[in-house]
Amino acid sequence: MLEVFTDYTLRTVSLGAMLLGLVSGALGSFAMLRRTSLLGDAISHAALPGIAIAFLLTGSKSPIVLLLGAGVAGWIATVNMIQIVRRSRIKEDAALGLILSVFFGFGIVLLTLIQQLPTASQAGLDKFLFGQAATLMQRDVVVMAVLGIPALLLTALFWKELKLLAFNPDYGSTLGFPMRGLEYVLTTLLVVAIVIGLQTVGVVLMSAMLVAPAAAARQWTDRLSIMVLLAALFGAFSGVTGALVSSMVPKLPTGPTIVVIVSLVVLLSLLLAPNRGVLWAWLRQFRNRRALQVQAVMEDLYLLARQHADDPLTPHPDAVLRTMATGHGGVDRSLQELEERGLARRVVGWSLTEKGLKEAHEMASRFDPRMRELDPPQVKRGEREE
Amino acid sequence: MSGAQVEIQFIAILTAVACALPGVFLVLRKMAMMSDAVSHAILFGIVVAYFIVKDISNPFLILGAALAGLLTVLLVELLYKTRLLKEDAAIGLVFPLLFSLGVIMVSRFASHVHLDTDAVLLGELAFAPFDRLTIAGVDIGPKTMWVIAGILLLNVAFLTSFYKELKLVTFDAGLAGALGLAPAAIHYSLMGLVSLTAVGSFDAVGAVLVVALMIVPPATAYLLTDRLFHMLLLAAGFGALSAVTGYWGAVWMDANIAGSMATMTGVWFAVVFALAPDRGLLAQARRRKRQRWEFARRMLIVHILQHENEADSSTECSVGHMQDHLHWGKDFADRVLRGAKKQNLVEVRNDCLFLTERGRISAEKAMVE
Repeated sequence: MLEVFTDYTLRTVSLGAMLLGLVSGALGSFAMLRRTSLLGDAISHAALPGIAIAFLLTGSKSPIVLLLGAGVAGWIATVNMIQIVRRSRIKEDAALGLILSVFFGFGIVLLTLIQQLPTASQAGLDKFLFGQAATLMQRDVVVMAVLGIPALLLTALFWKELKLLAFNPDYGSTLGFPMRGLEYVLTTLLVVAIVIGLQTVGVVLMSAMLVAPAAAARQWTDRLSIMVLLAALFGAFSGVTGALVSSMVPKLPTGPTIVVIVSLVVLLSLLLAPNRGVLWAWLRQFRNRRALQVQAVMEDLYLLARQHADDPLTPHPDAVLRTMATGHGGVDRSLQELEERGLARRVVGWSLTEKGLKEAHEMASRFDPRMRELDPPQVKRGEREE
Repeated sequence: MSGAQVEIQFIAILTAVACALPGVFLVLRKMAMMSDAVSHAILFGIVVAYFIVKDISNPFLILGAALAGLLTVLLVELLYKTRLLKEDAAIGLVFPLLFSLGVIMVSRFASHVHLDTDAVLLGELAFAPFDRLTIAGVDIGPKTMWVIAGILLLNVAFLTSFYKELKLVTFDAGLAGALGLAPAAIHYSLMGLVSLTAVGSFDAVGAVLVVALMIVPPATAYLLTDRLFHMLLLAAGFGALSAVTGYWGAVWMDANIAGSMATMTGVWFAVVFALAPDRGLLAQARRRKRQRWEFARRMLIVHILQHENEADSSTECSVGHMQDHLHWGKDFADRVLRGAKKQNLVEVRNDCLFLTERGRISAEKAMVE
């Protein structure tokens, strides 16, 4: 792994993938909180015709020209989408699908045209479909840095405004912030983030790099600042790992590899993140159910004890308790637990202990205030002592 | 036109219509992006099914792929139900993963078969006529054509048998549930159909362009009508139109057919969006303009009504005063006045404005409104 620092290709690839992950992770957080996760999908697909047109116009394959074309096309696509939603009855989802597929289709047409040009080897453009980290060169990374670092700085500069946009744009408007203008700022930043990733991840899968790190980061925290940092971190980690793996294993396209890795990060986050994680939720639910079962059995024992006011410690067979516990299981386990806690004991059948009686009475009083007025069942001394 | 050209166009039309019909419901139910997710995810299904049946033209392959589409829908709903993610993020997570797995499997293990990543995105409509179906030695046309015709037939059959249910579930899911129409069952059958249609069209037009055929013609139709039945017909019509124009565009430029078809769906959408009666951009602009003049004329007659009996009515109601008082430019004021005179709302005597009988009635009505 130390080769990363010495080998030229590996170093370039990891640097590029890291930049891509940092920027898309950070900006994707805002997109996700705005519930516009799929906008990235439309923008990145729409970048394809931009790349092709930039190439057709200039004949140049330099990254700055192609990415500029991609950015302009992505931006035009977004503006078109917003206008369709604003000026017609077509909803956002259909407008997204429309822009995405039409722009992409047009891009494909242009790519096939470029393939027929006698002069051009279109090898350079094909990689934009699924990304090819191995072909990243130093100048590509320089372009990525030139685009990405200002984008991150702008995000920091507009932090407060973007936060408002993400959580409460209406409130922002009442404070006098130009929220619509800010929306365009965010869109532009997203376009930049996508453009940075196009060479590495490709237009088809770039959207995942906006959604996934943000979705993973969201699980670990409720604070925006930490979420953005974590998302950038997750993005960078997946980007570097995916890019390295794909450049070392033959016939492994980079974009899909990165997406699989970042999806694993999401999966782990969904399962394990403290508080929100699915596993913790299951565990909590399991514990709650156990506690409720124990409580229910204790209450049953208490009811039985009340019915035997002359001798609250009368033992009752398991079968009675099991019948009373219809609808929930775990009677045996609960009894065992009560016994361990010294609240119940087994004689011939089961009864509460004196301590158990007292606790059960308190518990019952908590649930039903009328119980409080009743005396706790009295154990008559000397009648049933072992 | 050669035989192959006719066949390609026929397949293109069948595909476009087959996609447009379920697409109408996706657009109406605000689930358009689901088609994007499904069409990407079926690649995963196709590859996995291929590894099992080892035959690219096996009907089980289609079934397996369609199941992968349904799997996507289920996974998205599962993620969404954990309430850890919003629906858009859930969609945005599931399909890139499945698609990535599909692409990786194709490029690692299956690059020698006809599955390759280009075909995945672009389809191979131009080659469809070469893969023929023969029954008892008789050539009955390209295989793709029969597959997609079968799927179209299935779509039509489903729509006609469950038209009422689909309509109700789409427009009022709550009522549908209350009436016992099982919205969930309809939902999953529809998604299954979308998935199956996407698989059938995948071969011809590729993953992303399935989305174009499913979403764009219905969206175009949506701008033109309020009736579900008309929308279905129009969507199918625009699909077919895009298919044919797209094909000829591709022939003319010697470009990819599917890409050209997708582009044409967009072109037709743009045309309709600009020109549609009522909802088109042009109609909107015209309406705004008309309302602007209408409003100005009303301002004028209400102003005269307010001031006609006052002592200074001769200055308040003078022609020149309008410009100052209502902050109108001279040209604008002249045009408003001309319009008002033409509609017989006001008359000018001694450079002073008076309401006509008709003008008084409209002004009083405007005040009440």
